[in-house]
Amino acid sequence: MITIYIYLTAAVALFAIALAGLLLTRHLLRKILALNVMGSAIFLLLVAIAYRGPEAPDPVPHAMVVTGIVVAFASTALAVALARHIHAETGMVHLPEEQA
Amino acid sequence: MIAWIIWLPFVGAVLCYLEPRIARLVGLAVAVLTLISIGQLSAEVMRNGAYSYPMGGWLAPLGITLWADGLAVWMLLLNAVVGLGVSLFASGYFKAPAAKHFWPLWLLLWGGLNGLYLSADLFNLFVTLEVVGLTAVALVTLSRERIALTAAMRYLLAAIFGSLAYLLGVALIYAQHSTLSLLLLADLNTTPGTLLALALMTFGLLLKTAIFPFHFWLPLAHASAPAPVSALLSALVVKASYYLLLRLWLFTYGDGLAAAAQVLALLGAAALLYGSLQAFRQRRLKLLVAYSTVAQLGYLCLALPLMFIGTSAAAYHGALYHALAHALSKAALFLAAGLVLQAYGHDRLSGLRGMATHLPITTFTVALAAVSLAGLPPSGGFIAKWWLVTAAIDSGQWVWALIMLAGGLFSALYLFRVLVIALLEPRSGAALHPVPRGLELIALALALLAILIGLRTPELLALLAPGLPLGGPP
Amino acid sequence: MNWDFWLPLLVLLSSLATGLLIFTLQGRLRNLLNLTGAAVTLVLVAIGGVGALRGAEHETRLPLLPGHDLLLRIEPIGLMFVALAAVLWFLTTLYAIGYLEGSPNRSRFFGFFSICITATMGIALSGNLLTFVIFFELLTLATYPLVVHPGTREAMRAGAIYLTYTLIGGAALLLGVIWLYTLAGPVEFTRGGTLAPLADSHQGALIAIFFLLIGAPAVKAALVPLHGWLPLAMVAPVPVSALLHAVAVVKAGAFGIMRVVFDVYGVELSAAWGLSGVLLLWAAATILYGSLQALKQDDLKRRLAYSTVSQLSYIALGVALLGPLGIIGGLVHLVHHGITKITLFFAAGNLAETMGIYRVSKVDGVGRRLPWSMTAFTVAAMGMIGLPPTAGFISKWYLALGGLEQGLPWIVGLLVLSGLLNAAYFLPVVYRAWFMPPKPEFPAATGQDAPWRMLVPTLATGLLSLLLGLFAFSPYSPLVLAQEIAAGISP
Repeated sequence: MITIYIYLTAAVALFAIALAGLLLTRHLLRKILALNVMGSAIFLLLVAIAYRGPEAPDPVPHAMVVTGIVVAFASTALAVALARHIHAETGMVHLPEEQA
Repeated sequence: MIAWIIWLPFVGAVLCYLEPRIARLVGLAVAVLTLISIGQLSAEVMRNGAYSYPMGGWLAPLGITLWADGLAVWMLLLNAVVGLGVSLFASGYFKAPAAKHFWPLWLLLWGGLNGLYLSADLFNLFVTLEVVGLTAVALVTLSRERIALTAAMRYLLAAIFGSLAYLLGVALIYAQHSTLSLLLLADLNTTPGTLLALALMTFGLLLKTAIFPFHFWLPLAHASAPAPVSALLSALVVKASYYLLLRLWLFTYGDGLAAAAQVLALLGAAALLYGSLQAFRQRRLKLLVAYSTVAQLGYLCLALPLMFIGTSAAAYHGALYHALAHALSKAALFLAAGLVLQAYGHDRLSGLRGMATHLPITTFTVALAAVSLAGLPPSGGFIAKWWLVTAAIDSGQWVWALIMLAGGLFSALYLFRVLVIALLEPRSGAALHPVPRGLELIALALALLAILIGLRTPELLALLAPGLPLGGPP
Repeated sequence: MNWDFWLPLLVLLSSLATGLLIFTLQGRLRNLLNLTGAAVTLVLVAIGGVGALRGAEHETRLPLLPGHDLLLRIEPIGLMFVALAAVLWFLTTLYAIGYLEGSPNRSRFFGFFSICITATMGIALSGNLLTFVIFFELLTLATYPLVVHPGTREAMRAGAIYLTYTLIGGAALLLGVIWLYTLAGPVEFTRGGTLAPLADSHQGALIAIFFLLIGAPAVKAALVPLHGWLPLAMVAPVPVSALLHAVAVVKAGAFGIMRVVFDVYGVELSAAWGLSGVLLLWAAATILYGSLQALKQDDLKRRLAYSTVSQLSYIALGVALLGPLGIIGGLVHLVHHGITKITLFFAAGNLAETMGIYRVSKVDGVGRRLPWSMTAFTVAAMGMIGLPPTAGFISKWYLALGGLEQGLPWIVGLLVLSGLLNAAYFLPVVYRAWFMPPKPEFPAATGQDAPWRMLVPTLATGLLSLLLGLFAFSPYSPLVLAQEIAAGISP
């Protein structure tokens, strides 16, 4: 039982660190990475809660993780492609501080 | 049959991608067929009440169950009507290179939206939210301009962040209740765990709905996209996350949240005031319209606490009517802005003098949309405002009532500013490109619908009835 | 065909359809359609009127919201207003066709003109507060394009001020209506009002709601200090000023006040808590203020505008007096002022278009060049002052009697004073036009008077303002109708 708390705490800590990273860095790739780590933190959480003691683990969170990985892959791909285009257009790899 | 409502646009998207030459045809065909299937679904739901449909025969908790009740049908129809209008417009608006990318993305978006409205389990909702978010971001980049790319990036980062917050909430809910099905999760107790989950999910959804103070990504994203895309984003995409918010607060969590809902109303009021202020300061038409969206979404949040109090469904009806009227009038407004851009080559307000003489039909469209957005009779916006203010006064929440009335005046203020400029005498020598009459009429038709739904309320309300909010799903 | 159901709706549809079609037409065909539409409306109103006077109940009820209907009814008070609107629409359209000869965007003008009439008639025929609110706001929206029609900066500014006043008033009205509905359910207009049961328990709320409900009508009726938009709106073409001042907007405001006092609150409740007292003083103040401001104006249309500010409050005064004689005075002035004021505007328009005269200081000697127009002006001016045998005299007479009936002799003093002030700002115009030598800069004579399309309506309304006074006591006159109505309100 104690182990599950380790995983849960790790997941929350990862999420928090990555969130800080998302909000505090300017570099687009770092932001994307931060989002990825946040996703991984959630996956960690899900796998941890799938634990059911001596029985086989609960498949539903595992299914969620697998689907989640696919979704994360797609969104990361889009984000990186977009970042590349921004770099090609503007020469920068961070968002300009424009306000409407 | 119900599953086809989701699969049809996806199939169409693939076809459009593989064979760009028939993209327009496929897109329009899908639009019409989807509208027809949704029409059939709504007839069936009205006849037999809400029902669930397990896909592939696999039952919950492992299978994916679709759920069609009055609320789902309402949103599906909203999507279909606006979707058809925008599709017709887009088929005449986009030239070859952009059209190739528009149709597959738009159909994917539509499929995702339909899937979202029909989903009844939390994780499926996450997946569809992602589909919607990613395709919407991609659509923003269609114009290829630098400002669109950076706006899209901001949108994407916000969207993914929002989805992740939502997913975390879902994980927490599953941890405590071992189910993801909305049907089984009705009326949750407000334990700290579920409250945390709700807070996370709400945060994520507010971010996606661009409610103040999380609105930062919307104005540039909606303004720098091509006109039909802006219409889709403001009319349809932001409503999806709001719908989810509504489902969670009203159906899943129920009455325990009445006080907490006031926080949402506060944010809604702030959105209304801030968005209106910013809209008034804009010098360009599309940015003005985008900030108007920020303001109008505030109404939807203001409505939330009102749905918990009192026995009448006035606030619920008001919010949904507002969503419909806003979708129609905002789509019309963005399409009109697109035509203005095409005619004048820019959308600077100062250069639009005499638009009423140059583009009478489009100006009339703007006027009709303004009437509905300002909540003036006779329009859908007026009916929505009537219900919302009634609900507010009925429950003694005078502050919200006054703010809603003030919001209507603000909308009139910044929208009529556009009309004032349009009605000025035109300066001679303005270079104008011709604008296809058909496109003008499509935008006008959407604006007219926004007005007409204000006249046929009883029929439309019958659509909402199955699976009423305060009783929850059976 | 269920005539009882369809007639009120048809009255509205005849002007709405005309308006919508006009947007798409040009030239002679459009003018023909316009006049035909106005004639059809006139006929329908006449049919409805005759039916109503014989006791038929024409009622259109369409569900709008669950529990709330759109309700149109042809009944005596509304009939007076709708008949006024129908007759004057026809005449003003004829006038406008002549006045706007050659100017741009005429189809847009006439289209919105017709829709204004639809809104006005909707207000007149409303059977409940919700319907009233809807058409009231529609009137604001439809009149706006007319006010800004010239497209100049000045016109846009006037339009912006107009909208600001009327939309804020509209929001207050909506708040009042919704609040009242939450207390009393859907409120239909019933003689004597339906709110008596709530009087004890909700005194504070009812008092607040009274002023909210009166607010938007007070803006349109230009009660001081909500009158600011009216003189500015004079920048619009004469047919618009004529319509706004005689028929649509200002009368809709006065009419709204009537409805609230007679058919929502009822005479007794209005008298309670000093509500009608406040209205009485408010009207009296406006009567004086308007007249004093009129004295200062050199611009002819602005002088007429302030005259309207003052004269409209006669109607509010009559309503606030609450006694039968006062009510008769107020009711009948709705019609009499409309006819008389529109004559003045038509004549002013003739002066402007034919002779380029926009200011009182330039009016000298024009009586010789435009004898018919000035005769009509003179007759109408006498009506405003309240001299017999004009219609204006009849209204004033009853208002004075109404004041005495309620034990308020100062009302008579007020009316006499107002009459003197009216004389002070109208008689100089009349005198100068007839008795002073003409200014040298008059353009060369092209004919006897203004073009026929503009002259005929001027003479028609001028004559009517005289006939309504001479034949005030014959059956079916506005006065007799008002007497019947008043008997039902305050026996």
